[in-house]
Amino acid sequence: MTLEELEQIARGVQQENARYDHEVNVCMDLACASQGAGALRDALVEAAEASGKKVLVRKTGCMGPCSYGPLVRVDPGEALYQRVQADDAKAILSSLGGEPVAALQCDLNEHFDRQVRVVLENAGHIDPEKIDDYISRDGYKALMTALVEMTPSGVIHRVTESGLRGRGGGGYPTGLKWSTVAKAGGDVKYVVCNGDEGDPGAFMDRSVMEGDPHRVIEGMAIAGYAVGAAKGYIYVRAEYPVAVSRLTTALREARRRGLLGHGIGGTTFDFDVEIRLGAGAFVCGEETALLASIEGRRGTPRPRPPYPAVNGLWGKPTLINNVETYANIPPIVRNGGKWFFNMGSEHSKGTKVFALTGRIKNTGLIEVPLGIKLREIIETIGGGVPGGHRLKAIQTGGPSGGCIPASMLDLGVSYDALMAAGSIMGSGGMIVMDDTSCMVNVARFFVEFCMTESCGKCIPCRAGTAQMHTLLTRICRGEAELADLELLEELCDTVKSTSLCGLGQTAPNPVLSTLKYFRNEYIDHIVHKRCSAGACEMKAAAAAAAPVAPEVVA
Amino acid sequence: MRKNGFARQALIETLHTVQSSFGYLDDDAIRFVAQSLRVPLSQAYGVATFYHYFSLKPPGRHTVTLCAGTACFIKGASRLIAAAEERLGVKVGETTGDGNISLTIARCVGACSRAPVALCDGEVSGEMSAAQLLEHLERWEVQ
Repeated sequence: MTLEELEQIARGVQQENARYDHEVNVCMDLACASQGAGALRDALVEAAEASGKKVLVRKTGCMGPCSYGPLVRVDPGEALYQRVQADDAKAILSSLGGEPVAALQCDLNEHFDRQVRVVLENAGHIDPEKIDDYISRDGYKALMTALVEMTPSGVIHRVTESGLRGRGGGGYPTGLKWSTVAKAGGDVKYVVCNGDEGDPGAFMDRSVMEGDPHRVIEGMAIAGYAVGAAKGYIYVRAEYPVAVSRLTTALREARRRGLLGHGIGGTTFDFDVEIRLGAGAFVCGEETALLASIEGRRGTPRPRPPYPAVNGLWGKPTLINNVETYANIPPIVRNGGKWFFNMGSEHSKGTKVFALTGRIKNTGLIEVPLGIKLREIIETIGGGVPGGHRLKAIQTGGPSGGCIPASMLDLGVSYDALMAAGSIMGSGGMIVMDDTSCMVNVARFFVEFCMTESCGKCIPCRAGTAQMHTLLTRICRGEAELADLELLEELCDTVKSTSLCGLGQTAPNPVLSTLKYFRNEYIDHIVHKRCSAGACEMKAAAAAAAPVAPEVVA
Repeated sequence: MRKNGFARQALIETLHTVQSSFGYLDDDAIRFVAQSLRVPLSQAYGVATFYHYFSLKPPGRHTVTLCAGTACFIKGASRLIAAAEERLGVKVGETTGDGNISLTIARCVGACSRAPVALCDGEVSGEMSAAQLLEHLERWEVQ
């Protein structure tokens, strides 16, 4: 495979597509599929055949605004249709070449206008099971360019220049990590992709792996070339069976095209990738625990240093990056580091994919330039909180993150700003909460999560999270005293500073951030035995006398 | 096991295969896998119990999995769980006495935009209400 051959394939796809007058793209991502996208696609194929028009019906990855699914986009013209059912197939087909179907049109211009798509550039445009679709949109061009025209250190330089930081949440500079692994001695090295998206309420990596799997593989192959590794592992959660099957297909296709395997592109570079399944353990997102799991052991972390960059998988230097980090690599290599560096804010470059969910009108997947104000994400892109409710907080970073209060909506979204606000960027879950959510209860939810997910290796995390959970439960039940609050704060401090790995060190974050911004709710529970959101069942006598809070409607 | 060359590191993959074939991991299966891959039984058992995805109990004919991820929690998953527990008369992680329905929870299935989410025998349904869920369970009870 050479650059010319890639271009030949791309031209072939374009010629093939030119045979059709219209393209009907159906989103087949989990959210749309759960609303009947499968039957819809069959109906569209049938209607296309019956219509006699030259129509290509394509199944694609996530288009973004999941709350309007199933989604269909018709090209040329980019008419986006919402909540399309199988019965609508005929109407869509007969509208081709004429006016769009008004009743189905999805008017979300504001939602899309504020977004910049880098990682998601192909989502909704390609069939994830066809490698040639990916190649036709400059796929594998970055890999071939790197192999033929660049030295490994040149690739690392470009990644460093881009200012890309790890998209798994930590925000470690990617270029620096790559150069550490490249400099590490030894002839056997590994490249690992962390696809263990354990953060509940986040599905960015799932959508990327399912909607554009080759992008991740290409990013890993480029990384392999840059650091001198011949073998890669993608660690995927077992809860994502579709991602596993798409990646399996993609790997097979890439091998068939000679883009993985021995002597890629006629060079001396060998690289192949194997999939490893997780089995439901949040702690496996921690890099040393993930490595233990790949080696077939219990996923428990170990102290660092030595860092995996020096001593990783089977004791060899190992590069570990997140799915979205790898997905950013091909466009950076293609367009140059400066191009990427020019997007985003001062210390947070490029774009970030977020899974916008919770009490918000437009739920789904968005990609925005870093530095964007939370207000724009919530009000313009997200369409605000529905049902006349009042925005209370935005949760980022999952169980390791915190809750940002509605009063801080003008905060620019960057690694440092979120950290300063007591939360973290995290992998990209963004959960909107309104006045029906009790912040004490939310903190308890996350602590319960960390408690059950704690691997049990170190005591602060194993015992500390359990004690935190007991205290929070007492507060939620209206059985706590003010002294418990002090104890809770002290405990948070201990767990945070003495736990072995990131899980324990960050487990107190949801408690600390809610204590910081919503202390009055804690006081309300403890002193007045009252839950203003009506989410907690007060066992204390005072609650019996109080008027019953109306039941929250989902 | 042959596919992975009887490699010790493929223990998790192998257990996945066993569970997807038999529905759960029983003692005999764990013993057999440990012997074949030449890993200590303690390690095989440790791995099987460490990861939530592996089950050591046989599942019911049907399985309803309620997602308890953050987005689902915010949108009222706890009410769905309570409704299912009451209806089936079992707690999360248990199977009804007649072996018909198992009730489990998931940490997050990644369909957060459609929260709250339920998986009925693996099929994802979004924006689930307690009434819809009970209706679904009833259908299984009749069969």
